[in-house]
Amino acid sequence: MHRIALTGPTNIRGWREAARRLARQDVDPADIAWVVEGAAESDLFGGLPASPQASSAPEGPAFSVPRAFLGLAETVILHRDPERFALLYQMICRLKDNHDALEDSVDPLVVRLNGLARSVRRDIHKMHAFVRFRTVETEAGECFVAWFEPEHHIVEAAAPFFARRFASMRWSILTPERSVHWDGEILRLSEGVERSEAPTEDKLEDLWRRYYAAIFNPARLKVQAMMSEMPKKYWRNLPEASLIKPLIDQAERRSVDMVALAATAPNPRPQRTRVEIPVASVVEPLGSIQALREAASGCRRCPLGVPATQTVFGEGPEDAGIVFVGEQPGDQEDLAGRPFVGPAGKVFDAALEEVGIDRGRVYVTNAVKHFKFVPRGKRRLHQKPNVSEIQACRWWLKQELDILRPRLVVALGLTAVRSLTGQPMTLEVARQRRLETLEGAPLLATIHPSYLLRLPDEAMKAREHARFLEDLRRVAAFANAA
Amino acid sequence: MDMLEKLGILADAAKYDASCASSGTDKKHAAAGKGIGSTEGMGICHSYAPDGRCISLLKVLLTNACNFDCLYCVNRASSNVPRARFTVAEIVKLTLDFYRRNYIEGLFLSSGIIRNPDYTMEQVVAVAKSLRLDHGFHGYIHLKTIPEASEALITEAGLYADRLSINVELPTEAALTALAPEKSIPSIRRTMGRLRLKLDEAKSEKHLKHARRFAPAGQSTQMIIGADASTDRSILDLSANLYGSYRLKRVYYSAFSPIPDSSLKLPPKAPPLMREHRLYQADWLLRFYGFQVSEIGGKGGMLDLDIDPKLAWALANRDRFPVDLNRAPREELLRVPGLGSKTVERLISARRYRTIRSDDLVQLRLPLAKLMPFVVLGDHKPSGLLDSERLSALLRPKPTQMQLPF
Repeated sequence: MHRIALTGPTNIRGWREAARRLARQDVDPADIAWVVEGAAESDLFGGLPASPQASSAPEGPAFSVPRAFLGLAETVILHRDPERFALLYQMICRLKDNHDALEDSVDPLVVRLNGLARSVRRDIHKMHAFVRFRTVETEAGECFVAWFEPEHHIVEAAAPFFARRFASMRWSILTPERSVHWDGEILRLSEGVERSEAPTEDKLEDLWRRYYAAIFNPARLKVQAMMSEMPKKYWRNLPEASLIKPLIDQAERRSVDMVALAATAPNPRPQRTRVEIPVASVVEPLGSIQALREAASGCRRCPLGVPATQTVFGEGPEDAGIVFVGEQPGDQEDLAGRPFVGPAGKVFDAALEEVGIDRGRVYVTNAVKHFKFVPRGKRRLHQKPNVSEIQACRWWLKQELDILRPRLVVALGLTAVRSLTGQPMTLEVARQRRLETLEGAPLLATIHPSYLLRLPDEAMKAREHARFLEDLRRVAAFANAA
Repeated sequence: MDMLEKLGILADAAKYDASCASSGTDKKHAAAGKGIGSTEGMGICHSYAPDGRCISLLKVLLTNACNFDCLYCVNRASSNVPRARFTVAEIVKLTLDFYRRNYIEGLFLSSGIIRNPDYTMEQVVAVAKSLRLDHGFHGYIHLKTIPEASEALITEAGLYADRLSINVELPTEAALTALAPEKSIPSIRRTMGRLRLKLDEAKSEKHLKHARRFAPAGQSTQMIIGADASTDRSILDLSANLYGSYRLKRVYYSAFSPIPDSSLKLPPKAPPLMREHRLYQADWLLRFYGFQVSEIGGKGGMLDLDIDPKLAWALANRDRFPVDLNRAPREELLRVPGLGSKTVERLISARRYRTIRSDDLVQLRLPLAKLMPFVVLGDHKPSGLLDSERLSALLRPKPTQMQLPF
C-alpha cells in the first residue's frame, strides 16, 4: 500500500508528480491511499509511513496524457470529494493504455469525472454570481468586503474574475477556508475566518431589495425554477433572500387582484408629454417619382410585402433617358432600401463603369419591388417571383415609366422581360429580337448581373461577362447618340 | 420623490421585458486601477426572483411616462399608474453602486417615448455614454432602441451598448395596428435592417485596428404571446423570418400577463406560461435542431401543450423511427425525443469506442420512457409500441399531472 500525502487539498502539482511516478511503476489504483496532510478527511492509512519520494520500483517508459485531461484534473481537484485523487489516478492509468479514453463519454469513470468538474465549475460560477460586497470604511478609504461559503475548494480559482472586474476597488472575500484580498494591484490569499468578521449590512441593500421586489412578476410564480438555480444554501448570504417568502406568500393574492381589478377606466388625463408634431415634409407634386415612392412604401398589392423589410423603389433622375429594370431586390437591397447595392449591384456598377455609363444619370428599378425569400437559419434564400406577383407590381412599374418616358428601357433578366413585354419568352430569344415595352418604349434585353455570380465555370463566366458588356455598350452608344 | 420610490416604479414598469441576457458580447475588462467592470462571454445571473426569472441586469426605464397608448403595456398613455423619471446621473450612479456590490452584470435601459423619438433616444444613449466615458464602465449594457430614432443616434447607441433591441411586440401587422396604434411594423423592420447592416459591417471590420465598435452582442426582440389571436404557427413563422432577415441573437416570447392597471379591451386572465414554454422549445428546434417551421405544430397551427414539440413531431412521423443510436447521422439523432444537442455530441463521441447500450443511457440520466420507443441500441429494439395507438397516450402526462409548472 502506498500512502501519498499531499500538502494541500488542491495541490495539483504534488498530485501530478506522484501520479506520474506511480503510473510509470504500474502501481494498481487500489494500492494507493491519497490523503491531504492535516485534513479532517478520514485517513484510514494514517499509520502507514508516507511513500518515499523516489521509490525503488523500476519505472516504465514516460507517457503523455491529452491536454484535455490536464484541464479536467485541474478542475476536479478543487472538488470536496475525498475520492477525487484516486479517480483521477484511475483515469491516468486508463490513458496510459488508451490515449483517447476520455472521448468515450459514456464510460462510467469519464461520466463521474465530468460530473465532478461540472459541480466545481458551477460552484465557481455561483460564487461569481452570489458574492455580495458590503462597504467598510477603513483608514485607506472605502473597502468592499463579502462573506461567502463555497461548496468546494474554489476561492483561489474564482478570485481572478473579481480582480479583473473590480480592478479599481479595494475588496476582500472572506470564506471559512480561505480569504482573498485585492488592493488594486495584487491578489493576496489568507486564512479563512469566522462569519462574524464580515460586515452585516450595506446602505445600498434597501434599494437592492426594492429592485428585487419590483422586478418580480407575481402573475408568473415559478418557485421551482428559482430554487434550482438559486438553492436555499445560498440564501443566508443574499440580502434579497429575506423577501422571497413574503413575495411568494403575497403573489397569489396580488395576481388574483390584478385579474379582478383589471378593467380600469382609461386615465382621464392621459400622459402626453409635450408631443412635438414633426414638421410636414415638403409636399411632392402628384405624379412625381417621390410621390410614387411614398405611395408604394406601404404596398400590399401582393403578399410579398409582409415578410420583407421594405419596398425598394426605383432610383435615379426623373429626366433619365435610360431605365434599367432588374428582377427584384435581394437581401442587401431589402435591408438598405435601395436597388442594386448588393453583390449583383457591384457587378452591375463595375460593368456600367467599364462601358462608360454614369449610374447617377440613369434610372434603376426592379420589376418586383419586394424581396421574395424563404428563411433558412440565419440566411434568406432568394425565390423567383411568380407571374401574379410580377403582374401586381407592374402597376408601379407602369407609373414609373409613364413619369420617366424613357428613350430606352433595359431589361436585366427574364423577369424584367416578362414584366415589361407581358410575354413569356426565353432570354436568348429576347436578346435577339427588337422589343418594345407595353408602353411602347424601345426595349433591350440582357442578363441579370447575378447570373454571372452563379456561373461555376470560369471560361463560361468570362464569355457571358463579355456578352453582357457588349449589350451594355449598345446602351452606352444609344445614350451618347442622344 | 426619493430614489426608493422611483426605483420601485421604474423597475416595476420594466419587468414585462423578458430579456435579461448578459452573454455573447466581446471579452473586455477594466485595466488595473482604472475603471470598473468586465464581460467574459458567459453571462451571469446574480439572483433569481420567485417567478423563476434570472436577475442579471438592472432593468429599468428612464421614465414610464409615454406618449404611446399600446393597450398591452402597463405604461401606456391612458394607464393610471404613477409616473416617475430618472435623471441620467441617477441611473448612472445606481448602476455603478449596484455593480460595485456585485448585484448585477450591467444595465438594461429602456424608456417610454417622451417628446419625440430622438429626444428619448438621446437620453438613453447619454446614460450609456456617461457610464463608458466618464466612469470607465466595462460591464454589459443593453439599450432598447426606438425605431424612429435618427441614424446618428443609433450609431452612437451601438458604440456604447453591447446589445440593442427593438420589440416587434405582436406577430401580425393587424394585431399591432389594433393594439399599438402608434407603432408600425415597417418602421420596426427598417430599423432592424439598419442594425443588421451595421452589425455586419462591424463584424467584417473586426480584424482592423480602428474598427468601429457596434453592439458586439447583436440585436434581439420580443413578442407578446396571448394578447391577440395569433397562432403559434404565425408566431414561429415570424421568428424564422426575423432570425433569417436580421440575424437576431434571440426572439423572446413573453406571455401576456395581467398588469396592475390593464386595459378594458384585453381579456384579464392568467398568462399562458405553458404556451410560452412550448414556443421557446420550438424556437430551439428551429435554431439548433434543424427543424423547419412547417414541421412544427399541430391542429390549427397550435403547439401541443401536453407534450414537447419534438415528441409531438416524432409521434406524427413514426415512419422516421426507430433511429439507431450507433449508426444514425447527427441530423437524425437531433430529431430523437429526449436527446439534447449536448447528449447527441456525447453519443457521437462515445460510439467510436463502444456500442451504445441501454445502461449507457441510464448512465447519462436520459429520459428513458420517452426515448426508448424511438431508438435501436446494441441491446434494445423497440417493441411494437412504436406502431401502436397506445404510444401517444402513454407518453402524454396523466391528467392529474397536467398543471402549469409551479
